Amino acid sequence: MTTFDVLRMLLQFALVLALAAPLGGYLARVLGEGRTPFPGVFAPFERALYRACGIDPKRNMDWRSYALAFLALQLVGFLCLYALLRWQGSLPFNPREFADVPAPLAFNTAVSFVTNTNWQAYGGEATLSYASQTVGLTLQNFVSAACGLSVLAALARGLAARGAEQLGNFWVDVTRSTLYVLLPLALLLALALASQGVVQTFGPYVEAQTLEGGQQLIAVGPVASQVAIKQLGTNGGGFFNVNSAHPLENPTPLSNALQLGALLLLPAACCFMFGRMLGDARQGRSLLAAMALLLVPLNLLAISAERGPAPARIAAVADTGVGFMEGKEVRHGPAESATWATWTTAASNGSVNSMHDSASPLGGGVALLLMLLGEVVFGGVGSGLYGMVVFGLLTVFLAGLMVGRTPEYLGKKVQAFEIQMASIAILAPTATALIGIAVAVLTPSIRASLQDRGAHGFSEFLYAFASAANNNGSAFAGLSADTPLLNFALGLSMLIGRYLVAVPVLAIAGSMARKSPVAASVGTFPTHGALFVILLASSVLLVGALSFAPALALGPLVEHLRVR
Amino acid sequence: METTAIRGSAPRAARSHGYDVRTLRTAVVAALRKLNPRSQLRNPVMFVVWVGAVLTSGVALAGALNLIPEGGWLDLWVALWLWFTVLFANFAEALAESRGRAQAESLRAARQDTIAKVLPHGERSEHVNLIPAHHVIRGQFVLVEAGDSIPCDGEVVEGIASVDESAITGESAPVIRESGGDRSSVTGGTRVLSDWIVVRATGAVGDSFLERMIALVEGAKRSKTPNEIALEILLAGLSLVFLLVTATLLPFSLFAVSENGAGAPVSITTLVALLVCLIPTTIGGLLSAIGIAGMDRMIRQNVVATSGRAVEAAGDVDVLLLDKTGTITLGNRQAVEFHPAPDVSERELANAAQLSSLADETPEGRSIVVLAKARFGLRERQVQELGATFVPFSAQTRMSGVDLPSGPVRKGAADAITKWLASRGRPFPKSVDDVVKSIARQGGTPLVVADSERALGVIHLKDVLKGGIKERFAQLRRMGIRTVMITGDNPLTAAAIAAEAGVDDYLAEATPERKLELIREFQSRGHLVAMAGDGANDAPALAQADVAVAMNSGAQAAKEAGNMVDLDSNPTKLIEIVETGKQMLMTRGAVTTFSISNDLAKYFAIIPAAFVSTYPELSALDVMGLGESANAVLAAVIFNALVIVALIPLALRGVTYRALPAAEILRRNLLLYGLGGLLTPFVGIKLIDMLLDLFL
Repeated sequence: MTTFDVLRMLLQFALVLALAAPLGGYLARVLGEGRTPFPGVFAPFERALYRACGIDPKRNMDWRSYALAFLALQLVGFLCLYALLRWQGSLPFNPREFADVPAPLAFNTAVSFVTNTNWQAYGGEATLSYASQTVGLTLQNFVSAACGLSVLAALARGLAARGAEQLGNFWVDVTRSTLYVLLPLALLLALALASQGVVQTFGPYVEAQTLEGGQQLIAVGPVASQVAIKQLGTNGGGFFNVNSAHPLENPTPLSNALQLGALLLLPAACCFMFGRMLGDARQGRSLLAAMALLLVPLNLLAISAERGPAPARIAAVADTGVGFMEGKEVRHGPAESATWATWTTAASNGSVNSMHDSASPLGGGVALLLMLLGEVVFGGVGSGLYGMVVFGLLTVFLAGLMVGRTPEYLGKKVQAFEIQMASIAILAPTATALIGIAVAVLTPSIRASLQDRGAHGFSEFLYAFASAANNNGSAFAGLSADTPLLNFALGLSMLIGRYLVAVPVLAIAGSMARKSPVAASVGTFPTHGALFVILLASSVLLVGALSFAPALALGPLVEHLRVR
Repeated sequence: METTAIRGSAPRAARSHGYDVRTLRTAVVAALRKLNPRSQLRNPVMFVVWVGAVLTSGVALAGALNLIPEGGWLDLWVALWLWFTVLFANFAEALAESRGRAQAESLRAARQDTIAKVLPHGERSEHVNLIPAHHVIRGQFVLVEAGDSIPCDGEVVEGIASVDESAITGESAPVIRESGGDRSSVTGGTRVLSDWIVVRATGAVGDSFLERMIALVEGAKRSKTPNEIALEILLAGLSLVFLLVTATLLPFSLFAVSENGAGAPVSITTLVALLVCLIPTTIGGLLSAIGIAGMDRMIRQNVVATSGRAVEAAGDVDVLLLDKTGTITLGNRQAVEFHPAPDVSERELANAAQLSSLADETPEGRSIVVLAKARFGLRERQVQELGATFVPFSAQTRMSGVDLPSGPVRKGAADAITKWLASRGRPFPKSVDDVVKSIARQGGTPLVVADSERALGVIHLKDVLKGGIKERFAQLRRMGIRTVMITGDNPLTAAAIAAEAGVDDYLAEATPERKLELIREFQSRGHLVAMAGDGANDAPALAQADVAVAMNSGAQAAKEAGNMVDLDSNPTKLIEIVETGKQMLMTRGAVTTFSISNDLAKYFAIIPAAFVSTYPELSALDVMGLGESANAVLAAVIFNALVIVALIPLALRGVTYRALPAAEILRRNLLLYGLGGLLTPFVGIKLIDMLLDLFL
């Protein structure tokens, strides 16, 4: 690890935070205060949209209606995407004349994109038509991110309310998130990426003559538009099978830096939005600080593991002088690949620019750990922060008693119902991942999908279920995931990981909204400041460590101890 | 009923010496009885341990009978220590309960075999029907005469009597109970010492104050408090996570063994041991003991909370409404200074003031005599010797004094004296008026003394603060608790005393309505309010307050409106009540934090032990150097059980309480119980392992 590697990472991180602060303020204005940019241009358009869809934007929903609207939109999105995939062969924009996607894979893929997981059991350029990629996947990239933002906005409103039932209007939140946040950002990023050489075309694949005189078919397509939202919306589903390791998806160091920054931007901005919607910027900043406190050390660990020098026992085969290069792109190098691997698993993005399966045991372990912590270290757009707030509730509940008051968060008492919901939100992904892996190791047909044996094989299972149950979507590679059984098991994990967190969070929002805040004094447990930040980060780490310590010990840790 | 003395001393005796052999023996028996699965089911965490103990016992037994290939001494030892874990938790609860039980027994003695004299129509002259006390129903009239026990809670409708209430208050001095006013409520189980009263029963049978108190101190009717329920949900959730972690570990282990082709799968006993070590048994085992001990601490301060919820709310209180008189100041005003009129000497004034007060038995009057003696050595004289007649205070004249052969002397409020002098054609000098105004501005009460000729000067009467009360308020402020003084004084006086006492705010010219309004206003701004009260007119405010402490000497209505009763009728105790509530919550939080932080070390003990046969590399995790794997597992289990015993005193006594801001308390407790909880087991498990190596 060189000073340059460290400084570059810290500079990138600082730049993201510098951009996230004003963006967070903008988000709060759009979602919290209902302000519209260029109202003369957009407001009539927005109103027309509501009229066309029969939405009454003034209707204020309680948490149940809000959750129902959210689930309804997701269900419709799933059904449309599933149908599109199943019948893509008969639909236009299919220059390669790809066949219909088989049912298990279509189920898995549709669930994956609707839940903002973007796990890819398929190879994009070898399976999906342009219609499936753009109308199907890219649309859900927008919608799933907008849903995350909406649920977070509802939670913030619930926490800020004083004895109210309502959390806002889901349809309005989703529309405004898409229209005023995701679309403009994606447009800007897509143009910037295209300028770097990321492909954007509806034309057919290109046939090329290689230097050796052979024929090569180069896959192209509407890539830039999909990659922009894939990074911004913490989706991660690449156009190409190898995702952002592909030279036409991520060709230059600048395109790499842009995509890297984009994947952390909105999750970080959410923290600023949250603080502002609560009328107390410190609250958002302390949640952000706790995330950073977990991210930066793990990032440094990953860089030092990938950058080398390689452990003595495998130095002969692995040491290239610049670090572990297997599975990495030369134009990105090991340090940038390590940072990408850290950020993409911290934020629930899941795009990759190197193959994590080939990372060093510690590097792969960092990626695993970040997912197993529940995707709350930045996490998905909206979903990362609302998951972190759930941890915040648990933290004040456990430690808050120690100041001699019944626990409260932001002035609202944390009581049995909130704890019940928070327990479900934390238990659901953990239980899903643990049970999923147990079923996988016990089922011979699933074990046949493993590429490697021993501890590394175990890591591959661990990675797959951690990724699905926490809606990350990145793949370790090495696991042939496109089998009916795995498609179903992982699809189910993604559903549980998304909705058994989001719905309890909305229930917490509804219950908190009804409470009147108690006045703050020096006797109140402070949920800002260094002490709380450390405490929150420790709780996240402790819960993650306690739940997955044995699994991590049997996978990456054994591997690491073997090679060191 | 010769139990008065014993009953009276029971609550205080418990405080002085902690546990005697008998208490401990009873607790051990109770702990064994609580092994019954039905009583275990009430506590999900300990129920998991109970099931684990049954399971490992089965494995040990099967191993001993050679029914299964594995099994050995480890199974037996782990099973044994799991049973100990359950027993220790039971013991903690039983011990907490036993402390209350001693009091309950003495209380119950008061209730026995009382015969009630029922008056069919409530007329004293009627013929009485003798029925057992527990047959008295609400609304019946009962005659209680000297020597009788009062059969039920009720209200005096006729008569006056001195009553021995030591059974419930521990205070042996008798109190007066009479019909009408705020001293009309009587408690079942107390005894009339002299005279007679007619009581209308207000409590239903089996629901008298005494019965409720017995149930509370025994912990029998203790319902879980809201925070306790929430905590139990979280603990159950955590237990479920760890159940999954350990249950899935078996397939993981099978996979590792088959892939690696080395070692043996992890045994059921090791998995159960890991599970019990990981689930929060420390807090799970001590949770109810902490709750009972919190109630117990209240009772030992002679405060009876009608529910655990009230004790919990006491910790949340951030506004204290305190009555000025009796809480902030000593009950009465005292003379502190003589201000003579211009042409009068101070001694002259003191002399006149003393004469006018000689027969005045009010505390204010006594204090004037005392001050005159202290300042000028004026001896008390007998009114008769002087040939004087005492003129008592009357509502019409609003003055008191003496008529001496040499002429009258009067003292009273400035306006009353002005009128009196005016009626004699004498002026009220402006200089005296200035003094009067200046005393009033300082929060004092000016009393003007005059003879038939002129105003002699002014006596300065002043409220005297209770010792240490100012420091107390400063402490409360540091903890973020506001104090509000309630007084009937005018705003000027109130402001002066408020400033002197250092309260944050005051309500002057307080009426029950304004008090109620103030509480509502605080609550609407998100504050939790505590107050003490005794009068029937306090009842609405008591009902509105979040923590309402009624004085036991007070009206029945007040007692019913409040959620705590102070048997000593000492309003200052409000502060201790808040502290006790906070201490209970802190103890709960500290033990929870400690319990969960413990888990990290246990992983380091058990994971290498469980998997080192499959992956020898994992011995690198054995940072404690525990070596042989069976001992390591057992050491973790033993530590886990012993920690419960080690923390029983903390659970019963409560964590050390300091009046500090929340951030400061948090930092201290986090270091002690969070960091301490992380590190202690590393040391403890290592020590136990070393001992095991010696003996096994």
